[in-house]
Amino acid sequence: MLVNQFLFLGAILFCIGVYGVLARRNLVLVLMSIELILNAVNINLVAFGAMWHAADPANLSGQVFALFVIAVAAAEVGVGLALVLMIYRNRQSIDADDVDLLKG
Amino acid sequence: MLALLVAQNIAFYVIAAMIVFGALRVVTCKNLVHAALWLVLVLAGVAAQYILLAAEFVAITQVLVYLGAIVVLFLFGIMLTRAKTGTDLDLDHDNSKRIGAAVVGVLLFALMGYALWDQYRDDEIGNLVVQRTAEVSDSIFSTYLLPFEVISVLLLAALIGAIVLARRD
Repeated sequence: MLVNQFLFLGAILFCIGVYGVLARRNLVLVLMSIELILNAVNINLVAFGAMWHAADPANLSGQVFALFVIAVAAAEVGVGLALVLMIYRNRQSIDADDVDLLKG
Repeated sequence: MLALLVAQNIAFYVIAAMIVFGALRVVTCKNLVHAALWLVLVLAGVAAQYILLAAEFVAITQVLVYLGAIVVLFLFGIMLTRAKTGTDLDLDHDNSKRIGAAVVGVLLFALMGYALWDQYRDDEIGNLVVQRTAEVSDSIFSTYLLPFEVISVLLLAALIGAIVLARRD
């Protein structure tokens, strides 16, 4: 298999995620789009990891970094949803356009 | 060997089509709960791609952490913010902003696609060897011990932070 197959899949998923972050107004959906972006990055890491592993069997950096990204993503979703809940409690809405106190 | 390669390629393209379709539904769907369920399809497809890349431990972690924990967390978030369960037309920005977002996405893809094609063209992954869980753990607990400890502190901090933020006082 070509390494580019996986890299292009990752690029497509990344761009769909970026579209979602920009186009969605509901904060929970924005967090979901961020998950798409993180998964795209993970596909790239694992693909490069497989390529390095084929060249040098002692090198597993790609997989290890993918695991680190998964752990950070879990932490990010936990804190992110807590923030969304906080915003909902204070403003009774999770619309990104309603959070505009800093706007002059 | 050739038959295996053909089978791998067919599996890759079928799963990739599934992932892209699911991801498009996640960002365009008008129903919050449906978007979360389409996300399940995308995450399961990504786990299947890890299996194709012979990365078994990451695939299992993906299923446990993403499908098992994060999607459930999203569903809790949807329920706790009392979102409308039916079709909701307020999920997206208006049309002009959506077109802008689509342009940004397409331009970004063109840039990344050009860079990837320029660099990797027809490079083969090479001989895929199963990357065993024991080797991954050896790597984590020798070369990457310090980052691993930092990640565990980060997870603890995130846990405490989430509790402090979400607590009703």
